[in-house]
Amino acid sequence: MKINLASTIKISLRALRVNKMRSALTMLGIIIGVAAVITMLAVGKGARTKIAEQISAVGSNLIIVLPGSTTAGGIRLASGSFQNLTRADADAIRNECSAVQTTAPVLNGGVQVVYGNQNWATTVYGTDENMLEVRDWTLAAGRNFYEQEIRSAAKVCILGQTVAESLFGNDDPLDKAIRIKKVAFTVIGVLNTKGQSMIGMDQDDIIYVPVTSAQRNLFGRWFAGSIRTIMVKAVNTQALERAEDQIRELLRQRHRLAPGQEDDFTVRNLTQMMQMAEQASKVMALLLAAVAGVSLLVGGIGIMNIMLVSVTERTREIGIRMAVGAKTWDIRTQFIIEALILSLIGGLIGVLLGIAAARMLSFFAEWTVSFSLVSILISFGFSGIVGIFFGFYPAYKASLMNPIDALRHE
Amino acid sequence: MALIETCNLEKRYDVGESVVRALDDVSVRIRAGEFVSVMGPSGSGKSTFMNMIGCLDVPSAGRYLLDGIDTGLLGPDELAEIRNRKIGFVFQGFNLLARTTALENVQVPLLYSAQRPKDFRDRAVSALKLLGLENRLDHHPNQLSGGQQQRVAIARALVNDAPLLLADEPTGNLDTKTGIEIMELFVRLNEEKKITIVLVTHEADIAACSRRIIRFLDGRIVSDQVN
Repeated sequence: MKINLASTIKISLRALRVNKMRSALTMLGIIIGVAAVITMLAVGKGARTKIAEQISAVGSNLIIVLPGSTTAGGIRLASGSFQNLTRADADAIRNECSAVQTTAPVLNGGVQVVYGNQNWATTVYGTDENMLEVRDWTLAAGRNFYEQEIRSAAKVCILGQTVAESLFGNDDPLDKAIRIKKVAFTVIGVLNTKGQSMIGMDQDDIIYVPVTSAQRNLFGRWFAGSIRTIMVKAVNTQALERAEDQIRELLRQRHRLAPGQEDDFTVRNLTQMMQMAEQASKVMALLLAAVAGVSLLVGGIGIMNIMLVSVTERTREIGIRMAVGAKTWDIRTQFIIEALILSLIGGLIGVLLGIAAARMLSFFAEWTVSFSLVSILISFGFSGIVGIFFGFYPAYKASLMNPIDALRHE
Repeated sequence: MALIETCNLEKRYDVGESVVRALDDVSVRIRAGEFVSVMGPSGSGKSTFMNMIGCLDVPSAGRYLLDGIDTGLLGPDELAEIRNRKIGFVFQGFNLLARTTALENVQVPLLYSAQRPKDFRDRAVSALKLLGLENRLDHHPNQLSGGQQQRVAIARALVNDAPLLLADEPTGNLDTKTGIEIMELFVRLNEEKKITIVLVTHEADIAACSRRIIRFLDGRIVSDQVN
């Protein structure tokens, strides 16, 4: 490459300055394209981050075991209406299934709770000391249940943030007694906040009590030892399906089901469901970025259009340059660099505009947005590629001109 | 050895059914250091001849040797290099780049040469000085008079030290007084710098400055005499 790059860039910049309005409008196509790509990638990535957060908020690698449905006089009742899961089942799953990390029993019900002159409607979950591990939940204050408290059906409880705030406001709830169904329970811990679940339920509107205590003191109609659901945490994501199979096999054995007989329980893989949601949002994000990419392409066509006009307008200049010795390559480089400058300046402004737009979305519409350096670099680089690609044909056309025809052009 | 040598040069244009011969069997030799005028009425082929020896156009038939190089064997890029190294052009309409200073206009041939850019500016400045334009370096063409613009164009033709200067009606757009100044400049360049000059004109008093006059009519050379 013999031509002096610095002077080529200088020539290109001068040519672009001559038609300021035209250059700006051409750039606008690229600006909008790049800004759209950046914004859409940020929104898409934000949505995925949020779903990933929700997944880890529910607890990772979760499986739920529900009782099967009962048939009463030919009428099948809802799944979970049958009381055939026990704490012993939960313990057996924990101890015998190799793909399972731990389990926690659940016996829950809606209650009204009272502290002083405050009262609040919430859901009480009878469970054991493994629940926090199953749900990847940490305590903001206080402590977890002791194993001995589970065995002795102690009247102690752990509050979710929403319940703690509703009953106690700014006061410290620890060691205070609240009344659940008129039974006094001592607060031993407060959970950290988890926020809303995917379907918009407040996960912090919750009280944990020992499962034994729930049975004896709150939900007395249940048979001793029977529980509503078992929550299972698999050792890792890969082990989820193996864990499902092991649980199914173990429970069939424990419930003495003959081969061919229907399961009297249901195993649900929560994480898998949410991973599907994540997958869907990934596809959505890609689609958004693709649509934005199309607008970048349209911007590129705008560049080609303007470069073609520019080549025609400057035919005489091309002729002069050829007469004094410009070669095919020199003319080609000049116009490609011109297109490249247009698209790269447009790309740069587009990146800044895209970041600003995404920030505004997160500020005003409270959408979660997330930038990555890679996506910004890729969209900027892509604008350069668009410039070269769409600048090539006009530059090629210019370089093929016959010097004598170009010089005569009026 | 002749600087320019053409053998049976021919240029045909197909216009519908008929064929127009802009150049027909033109054979001419011009030695280094000559100052030649090419004359003839419009459409006589003198401009086509000029484009041909300036390597801007290629002949339909015949051979053209420039400084011993058979230009018929060269591709567009090689012709561009020849134009850059061996030929300086001066046009009737000046053909300067608009919105570009005199200094930058003169530097354009240097940009396309294979030389190092460090002395480009100095060479352009000294070329402009030679033509008395040292006070107009940063002027744009539209800030210069016709004579000044043509002198910038001549500076551009000289900057690469090309041995051949081709001028196509260089005084056509200038008033008589300025035209004479430009012609005096050509005579000086020819005598002092030994630059070969081929000049197209239809004015007899302009052609009178040269030492040899070739007349064209209908694409053929009708006379070739020493002035």
